[in-house]
Amino acid sequence: MRLSQTSPEQVEVYRFNWLVASAVPALAIFFQAFVPVRLHFFSIFDLPLLVTIFFGVARRNPVSGLLTGCFIGLVQDSLTHHPLGVYGIAKTVVGFGASSLGAKLDVENAASRFLVTYGFYLLHQFLYFSVQRGLVGQAMDWSWSHELLAGLANAIAAVVLFAALDRFKQRI
Amino acid sequence: MENLLTRHRNLSVLAAVLFAQLFGLAVQVRSNNPQQTRLIRIWAITAVTPLEKVIVYTQSSVYGVWHNYLYLRGVRQENRDLKAEIERLRLEQVRLSEDATQARRLQALLAFKNQYTIKTTAAQVIGSSGSEQSQSLYLDKGKRDGLDKGMAVITAAGVVGKILLVSDHTAQVLLINDQSSGLGAVLESARTPASDQGRVHGTVGGNRAGETVMKNVLLGEDVQPGDQVLTSGGDGIFPKGLPVGQVSKVSQADSFLQIRLRPAADLSRLEEVLVVTKLEEVAPPATDVAGGGQRAVDILAARLPGVPTKADSTADGPKKPQGPQTPVPGPANPPVPQNAAANPRNVGPLPVPRADAAANLRKISKPNNFKPAAVVGNSAGNGPQ
Repeated sequence: MRLSQTSPEQVEVYRFNWLVASAVPALAIFFQAFVPVRLHFFSIFDLPLLVTIFFGVARRNPVSGLLTGCFIGLVQDSLTHHPLGVYGIAKTVVGFGASSLGAKLDVENAASRFLVTYGFYLLHQFLYFSVQRGLVGQAMDWSWSHELLAGLANAIAAVVLFAALDRFKQRI
Repeated sequence: MENLLTRHRNLSVLAAVLFAQLFGLAVQVRSNNPQQTRLIRIWAITAVTPLEKVIVYTQSSVYGVWHNYLYLRGVRQENRDLKAEIERLRLEQVRLSEDATQARRLQALLAFKNQYTIKTTAAQVIGSSGSEQSQSLYLDKGKRDGLDKGMAVITAAGVVGKILLVSDHTAQVLLINDQSSGLGAVLESARTPASDQGRVHGTVGGNRAGETVMKNVLLGEDVQPGDQVLTSGGDGIFPKGLPVGQVSKVSQADSFLQIRLRPAADLSRLEEVLVVTKLEEVAPPATDVAGGGQRAVDILAARLPGVPTKADSTADGPKKPQGPQTPVPGPANPPVPQNAAANPRNVGPLPVPRADAAANLRKISKPNNFKPAAVVGNSAGNGPQ
């Protein structure tokens, strides 16, 4: 497994075509809203989160990462009936964390991507539940077994999705 | 200060963005007014739903062409089966209308107010919130189709949820298995009395895992797996007597029972739903009271074989029961068969159990056969209006 600390000079930074940068998050949100109607189990995945992590890790720019996460999270919030900002806050932090981590570590192979996604998924869920319970005041039950299983599913999906999205990377 | 911000530029931006969102969140929670963020939500819905509509309509069209024109194998056999089913349903309808007439008479006598589902609109499910923590759906119809906030959403099988947000062409539905959802419900089983008093009342909502549960039922209540749960009508949103689900598991918590339900409508596979756009509560007309001034007890006495009427106790000697011979006025009353007194079913004066009515509703109207403005019966014995 290649999950080593590297100097900023060793880490490759990527950028994306504006069309890809806007279409991929939009499609992720679209699929997240549409597919669970036909395939109910699909709601266990969080495609917008995976896209946030992918762009954060690839761009390695914390400001860009947190803004991407914030935007995606707020759009996702507006499709639910919860107050705006719950997903926004969680994904802002994840976007920032992913890009900061990407700037320090080389997370290009499947195993490291699996671990990073698994960790960020749990962080995201923790933040989401904290905000919902602490700020919004909604009683929500935390289920460790469900979250660990969902994290596993998302981490596996991330390995496949990131490999597909790698084609759109443009080296700076 | 400026140097500090420049040096920690990333953290400063993070703090600013988080602060802005926290502030916005606090304002929303404090005001508790969803209208504040309505515009943003409408934008997001407007951006996402057109593509969903295109896909759903394309899928429906392809399916329709295949199903209606190409895949016609077995249609003859199906036709024969359907004709047999119609015959069976006609017989069932006669029985139900007779029972409904009896129920109406008794309801009129008790000044019981009926809830009538006057009008419904069929709508297609085109999307969801995409979040496990928000069990909501989007419909392809909105304000321009007569939909409004707070309207009940049902299928022929049972209740689905209520409308939470409406835009011109779409509507957001909060499902009954969402954690913030709540609808008034009653348990119905063979052990419970027919009247509302004495029945187990509770609130149906969802839990973290998206399961449908019945809350606020005290320990010690007689609840068993297999019991039916119906809407109580007390919330003013859902018509009374619609099936909500069936009890699948009962366990004990602190001072309440934990009752898990199997929803009557399959919430994970919804394609088409009905939105109740008009619901009225009316008392039955006075003409429904049997025999004009005739009392219910007389009607029942007349139908009970072997129970003498008042006149029988006089010197005139025994008489035949009066019920079947007494024509019942009112256009809603079908003619009573001559052998009604001999029919044991006519002895029982109670309306059709709601579970039976719901079962018949399911048999008559299958989910794929929704028609716009179809009307769904609700309370005991009314059947489709």
